[in-house]
Amino acid sequence: MMSNLTGAERTKAMIITGFGAMVGLLMAIVGHDDPMGAHGWITLLFFGVLFFVVGNAFYDPEPTEDRAALYYDDPTKVGIILALLWAVVGMSMGVWVASQLAWPDLRFDAAWSSFGRLRPVHTSGVIFGFGGNALIATSYHIMQRTSRARMPDQISPWFVLLGFNLFCILAASGYIMGITQSKEYAEPEWYADLWLVVVWVVYFILYMRTLARRNEPHIYVANWYYLSFILVVAILHIVNNLALPASLTGAKSYSLFSGVQDAMTQWWYGHNAVAFFLTTGFLGMLYYFLPKRAERPIYSYRLSILSFWGIVFFYIWVGSHHLHYTALPYWVQTLGMTFSIMLLVPSWASAGNALMTLNGAWHKVRDDATLRFMMVAAVFYGLSTFEGSFMAIRPVNGLSHYTDWTIGHVHSGAMGWVAMITFGSIYALVPVLWRRETMYSWKAVEWHFWLALTGTVIYVFAMWNSGIIQGLMWRTYNEAGTLRYSFVDSLVAMHPYYIARAFGGLLFLTGACICLWNVVMTIRRVPLLAPALDYPTSSEAMEPAVPAAE
Amino acid sequence: MFKKILKPFARFFDFQARTHYRMERHSMALTFGIIAAASVGGIVEIAPLFTIDDTVEADPNMRVYTPLEQAGRDIYIREGCYACHSQMIRTLRDEVERYGPYSLAVESQYDHPMLWGSKRTGPDLARLGDKYSDDWQVRHLVNPRDLVPESVMPQYAFLLETLLRTDDLSDRLSALRAVGVPYTDEMILNAAYDATGQANPDGPHADGVTERYGDATAVRYFDGRSDWVTEMDALVAYLQILGKLTDLPEQMQPVAEE
Amino acid sequence: MELTHDWFVGAAKSFGLFYLMGLFILITIYAYWPSLGGRFDKAAKSILDDEDGPVQRENKEDTPCQ
Repeated sequence: MMSNLTGAERTKAMIITGFGAMVGLLMAIVGHDDPMGAHGWITLLFFGVLFFVVGNAFYDPEPTEDRAALYYDDPTKVGIILALLWAVVGMSMGVWVASQLAWPDLRFDAAWSSFGRLRPVHTSGVIFGFGGNALIATSYHIMQRTSRARMPDQISPWFVLLGFNLFCILAASGYIMGITQSKEYAEPEWYADLWLVVVWVVYFILYMRTLARRNEPHIYVANWYYLSFILVVAILHIVNNLALPASLTGAKSYSLFSGVQDAMTQWWYGHNAVAFFLTTGFLGMLYYFLPKRAERPIYSYRLSILSFWGIVFFYIWVGSHHLHYTALPYWVQTLGMTFSIMLLVPSWASAGNALMTLNGAWHKVRDDATLRFMMVAAVFYGLSTFEGSFMAIRPVNGLSHYTDWTIGHVHSGAMGWVAMITFGSIYALVPVLWRRETMYSWKAVEWHFWLALTGTVIYVFAMWNSGIIQGLMWRTYNEAGTLRYSFVDSLVAMHPYYIARAFGGLLFLTGACICLWNVVMTIRRVPLLAPALDYPTSSEAMEPAVPAAE
Repeated sequence: MFKKILKPFARFFDFQARTHYRMERHSMALTFGIIAAASVGGIVEIAPLFTIDDTVEADPNMRVYTPLEQAGRDIYIREGCYACHSQMIRTLRDEVERYGPYSLAVESQYDHPMLWGSKRTGPDLARLGDKYSDDWQVRHLVNPRDLVPESVMPQYAFLLETLLRTDDLSDRLSALRAVGVPYTDEMILNAAYDATGQANPDGPHADGVTERYGDATAVRYFDGRSDWVTEMDALVAYLQILGKLTDLPEQMQPVAEE
Repeated sequence: MELTHDWFVGAAKSFGLFYLMGLFILITIYAYWPSLGGRFDKAAKSILDDEDGPVQRENKEDTPCQ
């Protein structure tokens, strides 16, 4: 990694990490009697380690060949590994908290291990740790390839990737210590939020600079999706996290907004985190890796443009469907519902576009688990956007809201769409990045595919059942005209579904572990792609018809 | 113009002398297109809510959280209680019959941030105040399954052993005032005393609490311990005030829609 | 003009609708503009073979990006 950095770049890296370490030390000192102090030490450690890694290789030989002739892939490689590590951590947390709901004693009676503290570790771990790293890594890959240009410098991609991971570490460790703003999916406190703004601005500038170096007037549509992800997440993040710290030496802050305004802002953010973090970015992934892997151009490029603008415009309105029948003014609820239903059009256009691209390549889908990951992702995308529009209808939402149905819906999107497209993209990307012929084991990819699919289906069906049962039990009346079930009755009815859900999650986690293992073995064991490969790799004899891209 | 604005940043991050840098037409057009398309929804839906008088019912008698209750609220947030408990009763018949009058916007007027929640793994807590005794709440928090065998709620016994930190409460109250909660200078100055006083009715600071926050303010040994003011005191004090800051919902006698 | 709740609601309902329709028309025109067809086809096919590395040019500093 270091061999690709010049002496000047190594100096810059040491200045940045040295400065970061000092900020960490400062935080540790001023926040010594507050949980923020622990975050200071974590920051110090993080930058300190990087400082020594750079310093250790400071006098190594500098790059000699003309770097501009190659894409800069080192940060992408690290990003993929980090994404998979976060996937294992985040999904393990998910399985643990799911098990706590089935067997509450699995909490082991420590303060930090309660459901309330661990649940955001799971959500942030998978959304930001796994999803975010995968988005950053693939965006580096795609923006260079589609622009036919190398990134403009070697420092800012590392700054963005590692800086983002510091944010994730601060987030996850903070929840365990009880540092949280309580805004769902925006829980990290003010200093972590400020840090993310810095990282994000650098990310945006890096993206724009790479696009400015491109060799075509037209910008490939995948970049549009990534760009909207970067831009709108910045807007959402800044507005929703406006808060006043109680003191600069402590972690606690209070939101600028209260009550109904805060609720609307939070769900404007919350649902658009789904839209611009978990949808547009991953659609960018889909629009690049699916045609590439299928070796066919996207079915309708024009449709991809139309659906892009439809998604960007419609999504931002729909957050208020999280607040049906609440103290939010009625007309705002209605707007949210209307746009949620209209959103189905561009969403299905995207899913249909992806599936039509595969028309004529179904034999590849049959043989190639990597492409199958992407196909299933497109199907789940279509299903969960339909479900989402349906659940946004006020009376339906009256039943589904506050129940496990919401959880099931989220996971059909998160596991079926986001994780599937990410795993498919990773399997397509790893051999290209590391110049390997294939993945180490295509059988492991098959296993992963079926584990992931089975896990998702079990999970989603369990939550549909429990959610609808729950919603119906809460509103069932007996002949006397009084409520028939106590809350506890509904809780008892959930027990078998909570066990099934934990089991489905466990299958999915197993698949992610297999993926990590397979990627590591590919890097370590599969020989470099070379013109004269005179012996077969261990998996080559069994390889299906479709070779890895390239 | 954008070239000019962004140029210093480009220099800052650009370490390759030969790299040319320019913001060109297409990507900037795309950027502004995305912002134009994406911002309008948020502006239309959120901005009107800040014409607050029309959105939130007025209640001059609405009281603020005492320092002890606010500390309890911060503990509620810290422990992530909102992940399983909502504080928002919807305008549906079964919810009103199960939990009480539906929630009004004014009730969370001083809630920075709001804790409406999104999931009911446990029941709604918007009208929990005074529904159970302090003793019940403490025993339930220490081990929920002692009182409700089927419960899946985590145990919070450690709250009973953790002393409440009061030295930062003045900072917290003044931050809350800065974002719009009408705390007086006296309330901020005496925050730490008021917190200990409210959980220690026989102590020297108890009178100040009722003086500043009204005679109806509950001053009790919330956790049943008279020796220390613990985090359990704060959390139980908060749980016992839920839905009690204003009696407007009861006054309005809301009739459910369905 | 006073920024009341009703004013905002009215603005959202009238202006919002026209904004929506205007955007839709503009984007449809752009996406289906005939002369852009070639460019789109080229872009769609361009990703299928892009591992050769960055395009190398002489006098890189002087060549405009587009």
